[in-house]
Amino acid sequence: MASIPADHESFGAHHDDAHDHKPGFFARWFMSTNHKDIGTLYLIFAIFAGVIGGAVSGIMRAELAHPGIQYLGAVASFLGEKNPSFDQQLHLWNVLITAHGLIMVFFMVMPALIGGFGNWFVPIMIGAPDMAFPRMNNISFWLTVSGFCSLMFSAFVPGGVGNGAGTGWTVYAPLSTSGSPGPAVDFAIFSLHLAGAGSILGAVNFITTIFNMRAPGMTLHKMPLFVWSVLVTAFLLLLALPVLAAAITMLLTDRNFGTTFFDPAGGGDPVLYQHLFWFFGHPEVYIMILPGFGIISQIISTFSKKPVFGYLGMAYAMVAIGVVGFIVWAHHMYTTGLSVDTKMYFTAATMVIAVPTGIKIFSWIATMWGGSIEFKSPMVWAIGFIFLFTVGGVTGVVLANGGIDDNLQDTYYVVAHFHYVLSLGAVTSLFAGFFYWFPKMSGRWHSEFLSHLQFYVFFVGVNLIFFPMHFLGTQGMPRRYPDYAPAFELWNTIATKGYMIMSVSMVIFFVNMAYAFTYGRKAEGNYWGEGATTLEWTLSSPPPFHQFETLPVIDGAVTH
Amino acid sequence: MSIGDNSRSVAKRFALAGMAMVMVLGSAGVTAQAAPVAVASAGAAPAAATTASPSAPSAAPAVEAAKPATPAYVPMRPTPGKGQPIAGAYGFQNQYSPTGIEALQMHNALLMPVITAVSLLVLGLLLVVVAKFNRRANPVASKFSHNTTLEVVWTLVPVLILVVIAVPSIRLLAHQYKAPTKGAVTVKVTGYQWYWGYKYPDNGDIEVISNILPDAEAIKRGEQPQLGADARMVVPAGEDIRIQTTGSDVIHSFSVPSLWFKLDAIPGRVNEKVMHINEPGVYYGQCSELCGVRHGYMPIVVEALPRPKFDAWIKSQGGTVGAPASTVAAAPLAAKTGA
Repeated sequence: MASIPADHESFGAHHDDAHDHKPGFFARWFMSTNHKDIGTLYLIFAIFAGVIGGAVSGIMRAELAHPGIQYLGAVASFLGEKNPSFDQQLHLWNVLITAHGLIMVFFMVMPALIGGFGNWFVPIMIGAPDMAFPRMNNISFWLTVSGFCSLMFSAFVPGGVGNGAGTGWTVYAPLSTSGSPGPAVDFAIFSLHLAGAGSILGAVNFITTIFNMRAPGMTLHKMPLFVWSVLVTAFLLLLALPVLAAAITMLLTDRNFGTTFFDPAGGGDPVLYQHLFWFFGHPEVYIMILPGFGIISQIISTFSKKPVFGYLGMAYAMVAIGVVGFIVWAHHMYTTGLSVDTKMYFTAATMVIAVPTGIKIFSWIATMWGGSIEFKSPMVWAIGFIFLFTVGGVTGVVLANGGIDDNLQDTYYVVAHFHYVLSLGAVTSLFAGFFYWFPKMSGRWHSEFLSHLQFYVFFVGVNLIFFPMHFLGTQGMPRRYPDYAPAFELWNTIATKGYMIMSVSMVIFFVNMAYAFTYGRKAEGNYWGEGATTLEWTLSSPPPFHQFETLPVIDGAVTH
Repeated sequence: MSIGDNSRSVAKRFALAGMAMVMVLGSAGVTAQAAPVAVASAGAAPAAATTASPSAPSAAPAVEAAKPATPAYVPMRPTPGKGQPIAGAYGFQNQYSPTGIEALQMHNALLMPVITAVSLLVLGLLLVVVAKFNRRANPVASKFSHNTTLEVVWTLVPVLILVVIAVPSIRLLAHQYKAPTKGAVTVKVTGYQWYWGYKYPDNGDIEVISNILPDAEAIKRGEQPQLGADARMVVPAGEDIRIQTTGSDVIHSFSVPSLWFKLDAIPGRVNEKVMHINEPGVYYGQCSELCGVRHGYMPIVVEALPRPKFDAWIKSQGGTVGAPASTVAAAPLAAKTGA
């Protein structure tokens, strides 16, 4: 701690010549106020969390490969449960599904897309030297890390029959209140408080930055679509997360202080929790995918060497998705006993979302139309994204129908649907963005060959995992089951094989990273050439520690 | 397979707990063990077995004392492939309710073609783009970025498609919410951690408690492991049934895929929905809302019987049958047995 003033001193002393002067290791990475360093931290953190969340899903897929309980006992003993009883093994299952969901949503996709790429490129793309509140930026990151620690800690304290929180990521009352004694669920809930607070601060930071720190000439309607996507996302975060915070705070008081917000015995209502949760939860899924939309728009335009088709339509389609995303939440609750009028409304409202989403898909294709496409790895990932996201989107239209959903609610069809839009949608856009910007961020080239290879292996793997889940769902296999009737075996076995293939693609990714940091050749400033027109390509790779000390002036030319 | 003895212990535990139904919150439930399964109407084997219910502190709610007047109830053997998942199948289960048939029809005839066409359209356009507009085929990119007509078209066409989908969708919802016919049997379904209770308030308020069967027992009865239950929710076929669901501890969900039926069982609430089963048979389902440790171990088995057989079943459980005249007839009781 004592090192800070000294460091600042030295920083000040060399101020003039040290445009690229960096603070010492501890101050740079643990007290960072630099948007690029914080972005890097977010990315490293997201990769770390993603490995854990992915390993958890590996255990789940192994267990589900065949009927019966095979591995849960061994995993429970590994995690410190002596001679786990059958119930403890089943509890571990619920802990795993909960952890997988929470980690992937709050500690992998969100930190990577918003914290990582958002921090790195929003200021640069609008021609700003940094975020509006650099210190708050640092708090956001460490709150997210603290939240992750709280969640990890919860796995090692009692949560009912065994250790850990086994409530599902939705934390429905009363399973999460009277149904789960022990401190594990409290820690899991608190982890959401921490991560949520971090995200709210981050959202405030992005909104302020985008509204106030655009370079001269960078009007809202000239901003790159990635910036638009983060702006819309930040508003969704700002409006949705406080509702989650309220709901889970009520869970905590129900659990610990004798309130009965969600307990019918005291006049409360379990369904109220679901309304509050999904009022947050539905915007949350757009929070996860919108930045991906933005990334895909940048990439498609760059490699087609064409400006984005229908820029205004694209930007306002995202705004529309964000707005409509707030009024469709009860389609997650079709079987809770909603009245017929409510179900009709939410059916109609939900289907409306297909319209702006369709605009985006078709505009991407129109952007490519007439282009001169170079199939660099980010472009291949982006094309994969468009197809996979379409497949995930159309099953959303099926699920939107309240009457149809009665048979699909809480089955594997839903699992297939949201993994197609998130695991195959958001994550594909993550990799697309990663390979698009990795040389920019690190100054070194990854192997394009390995990036391509990873895409094809990943594409085969994830489709094998998740496509058969549609069949399981229509045949009636419920979610969150550790064991199943023999009739469900075939597709489950195939899904597990798909997981193995997918995990190979992750190995390829890490080999690629190892290659880049050891043998990767140096990247120049604008390594993608003429199609790359946004401001980050005017800087060196990696950009200087502080960029745009003299603000760039945006002329009439379109930059998106 | 491996769950056999464990699931049996659940059954045992309940047999003990009996009417008391102590709300063992969450997890604390590793209570004592007791005599073998002795839950009412668990008649695995033919008639004789019913008297064999041994020394268990005759806990179970329904009194299974031998009532010589009514013929013993024998659980119907399931028809392979009916009312249950089929290995390797990739569509919906066959539907046995009017709204289920309507919904399946809408899915297969409207939704599937539409979503398949949209996916193929996008795939096709991507392939065209990849083939025609790559660097080799098209070295110089054109720079157009607007086409108002096109944008209006791809906004309005999806709107039209969605309207076409919305009409039958709303109609389906209206049908699903139709009120039951007068005199419909009421079954109150209660979700417990981790079993189901089926109460017949109009028939002497009898209650059936339904636990998962050990795998071996399920197989013996011609049922799939994980899906068989020791006692079934028996209902009349061919008429409306008023299903009311509630939860006693946490939220459960009462679901029967082959009847297109799913309704959450929520503590402090009673949800109601009409079930109508077209023909006699056994229809399987599973709890569909995460409810704790044994969420995956509380199957739902619905057995639909012709009205006279249903009445006989009610009587065999010690219940009363309200007076629709027809029930007296000693008509073809032995008409159709699933066996």
